[in-house]
Amino acid sequence: MTLARVDRPRRRTPAVAEVSGSGRPAAQRRLRRRSRLTALAFVAPLIAYLAAFYLYPLYRNLDLSLRDYTVRSFVAGDAPFSGWDNFQKVLDDPTFGPALRHTMVFTFVSIAFQYVIGLALAVFFNRHFRLSAVLRALFLIPWLLPLIVSASTWSWMFNSESGVVNYFLHFFGVDPVGWLTSPDWALPSVIIANIWIGIPFNLVILYSGLQNIPAELYEAASLDGASAWQVFRRITFPLLRPVSAITLLLGLVYTLKVFDLIWIMTKGGPGDSSSTLATWSYQLGFGTLLPKFGPGAAVGNLLILIALVFGLLYIRVQRRQEA
Amino acid sequence: MRSRRYTLIGLVLTALMLFPVYWMLNVSLTPQQDMRKSPPDLFPLHPTFEGYRSVLDDQLPYLGTSLLIGLGTVALTLVLAAPAGYSLAKLRPRGGGALGLALLIAQMVPGIVMAMGFYGIFLDLGLLNSWWGLIIADSTIAVPFGVMIFTAFMSGIPGELIAASRIDGAGTFRTFWSIVLPVSRNALVTVSLFSFLWAWSDFVFANTLDGGGDLRPITLGIYKYIGNNNQEWNAIMATAVVASIPAAVLLVLAQRYVAAGVTAGAVKD
Repeated sequence: MTLARVDRPRRRTPAVAEVSGSGRPAAQRRLRRRSRLTALAFVAPLIAYLAAFYLYPLYRNLDLSLRDYTVRSFVAGDAPFSGWDNFQKVLDDPTFGPALRHTMVFTFVSIAFQYVIGLALAVFFNRHFRLSAVLRALFLIPWLLPLIVSASTWSWMFNSESGVVNYFLHFFGVDPVGWLTSPDWALPSVIIANIWIGIPFNLVILYSGLQNIPAELYEAASLDGASAWQVFRRITFPLLRPVSAITLLLGLVYTLKVFDLIWIMTKGGPGDSSSTLATWSYQLGFGTLLPKFGPGAAVGNLLILIALVFGLLYIRVQRRQEA
Repeated sequence: MRSRRYTLIGLVLTALMLFPVYWMLNVSLTPQQDMRKSPPDLFPLHPTFEGYRSVLDDQLPYLGTSLLIGLGTVALTLVLAAPAGYSLAKLRPRGGGALGLALLIAQMVPGIVMAMGFYGIFLDLGLLNSWWGLIIADSTIAVPFGVMIFTAFMSGIPGELIAASRIDGAGTFRTFWSIVLPVSRNALVTVSLFSFLWAWSDFVFANTLDGGGDLRPITLGIYKYIGNNNQEWNAIMATAVVASIPAAVLLVLAQRYVAAGVTAGAVKD
C-alpha cells in the first residue's frame, strides 16, 4: 500500500552518438532507434494492460454514470444517454449530505489517531531495548490480516450482549453500548477498528523516518541537557516533517477508499449512520435487488474526484521534496 | 536496567495491540454453549476444535481457490511489472514520466469504482464468476505498486553491471533475464509478497464479480458464513484464523521484506 518514487534524477549517460557528433549518422540513428524500440517493448505489455484493465473499466464506469440504466438495459446494453441526471439525482439524495460528512469524519479522525499513535510508538521503538525488533514486527500483524478477518473479529468484540468490549467497560461502571446497533455509535465503532488497522502503516513509515535523523543531533541535545519533550519538539518532530506529510497524505488517499471494513461491520447502517461515499456507491450498485448502477457509478466518480485532489497534492509534496 | 523497563512497556503495548488477534483465537476455541456467556471466558478454559472441524468440512475448497487466485495474481503482476520497471529505470522509454504519473494516479482509484467498471465488462464478456477473471481484477491492486518497486530498485543497479553484460554480447532481454532479475531478488520477493497478500484478502472484487461461481475465495467463504449463520462464532473465528495463516507465515518468513514494502519509496531515501 505504498507509492514508490518513480522519477529518478534524469542523469543520462550521453549516448555515443551524441558525444561524437560526426561519424556515421545513419548507422547511429538506426542503433538509437533500435534501443528506443527495445525500451518500448519492455513497457508495452504494461501499457496494454493499463489501457484494458484501468482505462477501459474507468471509461465504462463514467459511461454508466451518464446513462439511465435498468437491470434489463444493463444486460442488453441499450440504456439511453441521460447526461448529468444521475449526478443531479445523487446530489439531491438525502443520503448525500450524511455520506459526505461521514466520509470526512471517518477519514480525518482515523488519520489523526493513526498518526499520533503511530508516531508515539515509532519514537518508543526508536530506543534500543531487548525484543524491540521482534515486537515492532508483531505490530505489523493487524495490517497484514485480511480485512474480512479484522472486520468480523471487531464485529464480534463490539457485539452488544456478548462482546468483550462491553464486558471491559462494565469494569469501569459503564453501561453496555450498542456499538454496531445504535446510530450514534456505528460510525465511531468502524473508526476505532480502522485506526487499529492503520497504526502499523504509520508506525513503519515514521520509524524509518526517525532512523534517518542523525544521531549526533540527539547527542548534542543530551549534552545540552535537553528534556525528552524538548528533544521531541525541537529535533524529532521538525526533522520528521517531510515524512509526516507523506504519511498523512498517503493515509488520506487510502482512507477515502475504505469500503470493506465498513460494509462488513455495519453495511453503512443502521439507517445511514455509518455510510460513506464508498459504501453508498456500493449500496446503490450492488447492495439491493434493484440495482441503481447509474447513480452508484456517479457516486463512485465523485469519490475518484475527491481522491484525485488529495492525490495530486501528494504528488506535489513528493516532487517538491525531491527537488 | 532501563532497557528492561522499556522491554516491559513494549510487551504491554504489543499485548494491547494484538488483543483482537488473541480474541479471535480464543473465540475460535470456545464451545458453542459458552459463546453467549456473560462474562465471556477470557481464556479458552474448555477448548474445543468443533469450529476448526467445520472449517475443514465447509471451507477447504475456498482456501484452495484463494491459493490459486493468489499465485495467479503474483505471476501476472511479476510478468507485467518487472520488465516495465526495468525499462522505466534503465532503458528510459519515451513518455516514461507520464507513465509513472499514470501509475501513481492508478493507485488512487477506489476499488469499488474499478469493481463497477469490471462488472459491466465481465458481464459483456461472460467472465463473471470465473477464477481467472478475479486474477485479472485483483492484479489491478498490485501492478502499479509492483512497477514502482521494481523501478525504484532497478535504478539502484550500477550501470557498469549492465554495460559489462552488453560488452559480453548479451542483448537487452538476455541482460534483463540473467543479470537484472537475479540481482533484483529483494524486489521480486517484496512484490510477490504484497500481490499475494492483497489477492488473498480481496473482498470487493470477489463479492461483486464472483457471487455465484463454484470457485469462490475464502473471503467470500467467511462473508457468506457470517450471513447465513451468525450463531456459530467459533466456526467463523476458526475460519478467520485459518484465513490469516498466510499473513502470519509470510510475516515470520519475510519480515524484512514486509517492512521494506511498506516504506519503499513512500519516504525519501
